[in-house]
Amino acid sequence: MKTISAAIFEAPSVDWWGLLPQMVLLGVALSLLLITSISRRKFATAFSTLCSVLAGSTVFLIALGLWGDVQELGPRSSLASAFGVDGFSIFFTILISLGVVTTALLSHSYIEREGIDSAEFHALLMCSAAGAIVMASANDLIVMFIGLEALSIGLYVMIAIHTRRAEAREAAMKYFVLGAFSSAFFLYGIALVYGATGSTNLVQIRDYLDEVAFKDEHILLAGIGLLLIGLAFKVAAAPFHFWAPDVYQGAPSPVTGYMASIAKAAGFAALLRVFFAALPSYKLDWSPIISALAILTLVVGAVMAILQTDVKRMLAFSSVSHAGYVLVAIQSANASGTSAALFYLFTYSFVVIGSFGVVSLMGWKDGHSLDRYSGIGRSRPVLALTFTVFLLAQAGVPLTSGFVGKFQVITSAVDVENYVLASIAMLTAVISAYMYLKIVMTMYVTEDNSEGPDIAIHWTSGVVLGGILVFTLVVGIIPQFLIDFSQDAVPVLIAG
Amino acid sequence: MIVTTSWYLVLGALLFIIGGVGLLVRRNPLIMLMCVELMLNGVNLSFVAFSKALGDIGGQTVVFFVLVVAAAEVVVGLGLIVAILRRAPGSTADDLSVLKG
Repeated sequence: MKTISAAIFEAPSVDWWGLLPQMVLLGVALSLLLITSISRRKFATAFSTLCSVLAGSTVFLIALGLWGDVQELGPRSSLASAFGVDGFSIFFTILISLGVVTTALLSHSYIEREGIDSAEFHALLMCSAAGAIVMASANDLIVMFIGLEALSIGLYVMIAIHTRRAEAREAAMKYFVLGAFSSAFFLYGIALVYGATGSTNLVQIRDYLDEVAFKDEHILLAGIGLLLIGLAFKVAAAPFHFWAPDVYQGAPSPVTGYMASIAKAAGFAALLRVFFAALPSYKLDWSPIISALAILTLVVGAVMAILQTDVKRMLAFSSVSHAGYVLVAIQSANASGTSAALFYLFTYSFVVIGSFGVVSLMGWKDGHSLDRYSGIGRSRPVLALTFTVFLLAQAGVPLTSGFVGKFQVITSAVDVENYVLASIAMLTAVISAYMYLKIVMTMYVTEDNSEGPDIAIHWTSGVVLGGILVFTLVVGIIPQFLIDFSQDAVPVLIAG
Repeated sequence: MIVTTSWYLVLGALLFIIGGVGLLVRRNPLIMLMCVELMLNGVNLSFVAFSKALGDIGGQTVVFFVLVVAAAEVVVGLGLIVAILRRAPGSTADDLSVLKG
């Protein structure tokens, strides 16, 4: 009979400094919930918003410090190589922290006017952001799964936070069912990869696959396929996108912006970490599949967007087609393609948060049909101009960040001589441009409706929209600093 | 007859498929939740079978993480179902059809 030997358990070394971003977010979230639930007096919405903004800014500053650290000393990993502290993870930490700050500020007026419990909303926002950071930093598939679930479970509740609206309940239920479905696929993929390679650690999986030539690799390939399906659901790539329009439409607009930017960015971070960093030896297997997904996603996103009459659904399909562009960059499976994907995600995230911020201001009382936007160009010129810039940036018009992003993505496809994909990407860019211009035309050209919608812009929303507007134009005119930033953030896996 | 690892893997795959098909076919929200559990437990079984075959304890510890995540997911799922059924008692997934385009 085997007895358990008194093995000496050696705890893995913990790099607390590298874990600080998640700890700050979770700590502030839990303290906020605790304080607001034990205190007798009722806190103003501004208190929760302030907590989120401060936590997000702190994480941003910590991440900047870590970035300098990593550039100087090189990437490292902690917790028995389960958690990477490298340029890639810090790039996403910076993106996610800024996403928390902007979403918190944009949601302020929404939460106030709809009478939602603000502490719960902001605690969930911070917890799910912590999950997103874990997903982008994970060097172990199980850690990545935990991050994915922390992000998704937070989002399920954030979508349903406005329980009085039937649309929000329906959207939350749809996202929950399909989210759980896709998580199960992802998990099954982990199980099969574990069975084939003997480890869930990405570093060990990469090293194992470099050394061993498989005689029978069906289990491994099935596992890789299931991982791809699970992540394709999360980033809303066609044919796994069908939940996106309904969920984006039903969710509160600030949450939609957060979901379309940060949740999507975290999904792509996981995709790049698993496929580009850990499975380079299977490049020839996964690159064509991602290429096919990209074509389908681009076409579906562009064509379906034209058929919509609801602005939120239009933007939902446009976010599907953006996922297609990122996939175009990822399929090139080299460092320049990956940095193009990172640049695209960074610029696109802010534009989409800004777009849904405008939609959130517009949509109050009567929904989001396109007619509601007619004549805004005359009654609210500044707001209309801001929205126009966001839409043109998404269409990829020069002098905006979107142009630089699309240019790099298409260049990366040309570099690997995938001319078919590059042409399709350009063609669908033209088709989507029609949809964006349709919204712009509605704002400016259509006859003014007599009364015009009444829109109140709280200063918090104004600051965020202004900031994103400046960012979009600055990156469009002098993009080099962000290109360098994304080139330094290409993922590497370090054991240690 | 010797029961090998592949038996457990096939059983795990079957549970996963039954759960997946059930999730797509059944319309009762509670049954859909049970189907999600079935899928996750099919995966758990595969993890344990692989863990035994590889002689590696890692796969069995993974199961604990999955159990915790599944519990958290059920809490949120039941919360959503209660929120929906309280306003429309006896409703099924087909009744959730406000959003379309």
